[in-house]
Amino acid sequence: MAETPILEVEDLARYFDVSRPWLQRVLAGEGKRILRAVDGISFAIPRGTTLSLVGESGCGKSTVARLVVGLYPPSRGHVRFEGMELERARAIAEQRRRMQMIFQDPYASLNPRWRVKDIVAEPIRAFGMTPSAAAQQAKVAELLTQVGLSPLDGEKFPHEFSGGQRQRISIARALSSNPDFLVCDEPTSALDVSVQAQILNLMKDLQARLGLTYLFISHNLAVVRQVSDRIGVMYLGRLVELAPAETLFTTPRHPYTRALMEAIPDLEMTGRQRIPVGGEVPSPISPPSGCPFHPRCPLANDRCKAERPGLIPARATEQSLTACHAVEEGRDGGLPAAQRIGTTATAL
Amino acid sequence: MAPLLEVRDLRVEFPTRRGILTALDGVSFSIAPGEVLGVVGESGAGKSMTGAAIIGLLEPPGRIAGGQILLNGKRIDNLRYDQMRRIRGREIGAIFQDPLTTLNPLYTVGEQLVETIRTHLGLDGAEARKRAIGWLEMVGIPAAAQRVDSYPHEFSGGMRQRVVIALALCAEPKLIVADEPTTALDVSIQAQVIALLKGLARDKGTSMMLVTHDMGVIAETADRVAVMYAGRIAEIGPVREVVKHPKHPYSAGLMASIPPLDRKVEHLAQIDGAMPRLSAIPRGCAFNPRCPEVFARCLVERPALLATGATEAACWLYDAASEKHAPEAMRHG
Repeated sequence: MAETPILEVEDLARYFDVSRPWLQRVLAGEGKRILRAVDGISFAIPRGTTLSLVGESGCGKSTVARLVVGLYPPSRGHVRFEGMELERARAIAEQRRRMQMIFQDPYASLNPRWRVKDIVAEPIRAFGMTPSAAAQQAKVAELLTQVGLSPLDGEKFPHEFSGGQRQRISIARALSSNPDFLVCDEPTSALDVSVQAQILNLMKDLQARLGLTYLFISHNLAVVRQVSDRIGVMYLGRLVELAPAETLFTTPRHPYTRALMEAIPDLEMTGRQRIPVGGEVPSPISPPSGCPFHPRCPLANDRCKAERPGLIPARATEQSLTACHAVEEGRDGGLPAAQRIGTTATAL
Repeated sequence: MAPLLEVRDLRVEFPTRRGILTALDGVSFSIAPGEVLGVVGESGAGKSMTGAAIIGLLEPPGRIAGGQILLNGKRIDNLRYDQMRRIRGREIGAIFQDPLTTLNPLYTVGEQLVETIRTHLGLDGAEARKRAIGWLEMVGIPAAAQRVDSYPHEFSGGMRQRVVIALALCAEPKLIVADEPTTALDVSIQAQVIALLKGLARDKGTSMMLVTHDMGVIAETADRVAVMYAGRIAEIGPVREVVKHPKHPYSAGLMASIPPLDRKVEHLAQIDGAMPRLSAIPRGCAFNPRCPEVFARCLVERPALLATGATEAACWLYDAASEKHAPEAMRHG
């Protein structure tokens, strides 16, 4: 690929010090406690496409979202925005306005004391994008129309809107600085299913119309399938599988990816007995040695306990990158039979 | 078979400064012994409120303003607080969404189980403790004999929800009201908890009212399902029928807007608009502003549940009398 991807992440890591205060620590005679929220992940997002990160709570997906827009500095590794180190890009207002974020909770992310028109206009003002008040007003009206609200809604306050409408306001605000790259952290998780469909459709329309690039964070695999070009599955701060969306769903390779898909309740009621994956996600403060999934993995052996697998192309499907010794060695029983067809998932 | 639980024309109101809000209006259903009834709907539809009314834990100033709730043929909606306390736990167990707030952080899980078992079954301490350990084993807590003396904060979210399930079941109630029991859990843990609940309910012959917004959980667990909208039941029937052939336009829209896992669709079906606020429920059918099938009668007259095939739907489409108005329907699909 000749074109520079809009975002490139290389060996990115972020650790948090969650030790107790110094005195208590010394009295109890314990060491520092470091939480490895993100522990060495790499990916790139080509312009105009959507990469989704999925995983369960605590896997580090939201931390990645915050790292790539510069809300946290990385502990290790690089984030490059169009080939430029993020730190440098963030220092330039013109580059900064090109990346925006949409948050999960539309109730907490809008200032309740501001009118909607002021909320939407804030990035325009902050980046000094329009000289006159009239031009600004026209831009706000255009943005509100674009996300399916009325220009008259600008006079109202956030509390006068439902959750779905508030998320539309968040999107209008994010779009107001004409960004190229949007980080969406669980944008529909707080919404009801019929409203979720509205927002997902809106986001897809906007991407087609404005050529936006998305980093989409979600725990819902069915939602992710609808919006993504490529999908990364995260477990305990690491990417365990990175594959084109369709490939991931038709031929999931990593045992964790397969377990995740297996765990989703079946709406088709085939009477299939699901075998839930046993155990729970271990603490990221003391992750298991070797492959972080090995205590729950049906394919784990001694190598998995000792050696951390790298993210490498999986056998027979070069488009899938998998971090799994079993897949590498062919202990996974080859390509899984076409995943259960006719399953629909569900969270309303 | 006589129903275990019968809810008749239940109405719940919240008096506010600006007038009385009706949170539930004309809700009727029954649960047979051993049956699992799923209740689905979007936030604010009244599904949790229905559960709270049944276990007598409506948040004040909410109150039951009409209708009856019968357990084994006896009214329980008009009992005094102390009488209801004896029924809660013994006759009706409850499981809530957040396992951390359900458990008392100052007592070990064993103490909480023992207290419940002694109160409701009148066993002595040693016997109750033996039972408590047995229940922890039954819900899949490893090393139950040691863990019985742990405090709730020493358990993970999934393990805590297992403790809550043990607590709800340990007095062997006939009915469990489970309000979003898996919503706070991750999908892999969720699958474990659903399997557990389903297995225990089947083995013990316990009836269950399962309130959730996750249609997949309902499809896997429930026998029948009630779809709620704006404080009313829109459709109720066998789960297979409602999922595969929803009759009410709202249930149909709800099922269609669930993103499929097995394929990518270019444009998801969506229901435009949002559920009305309690203070502004439209006249006639509450769904009429969003309904693709709306016609004149829907705007003025409120539909009751009408039998249609295997399910019952609160929709005028299924009333023979409104059929003749259908041709002149003002469709704006």
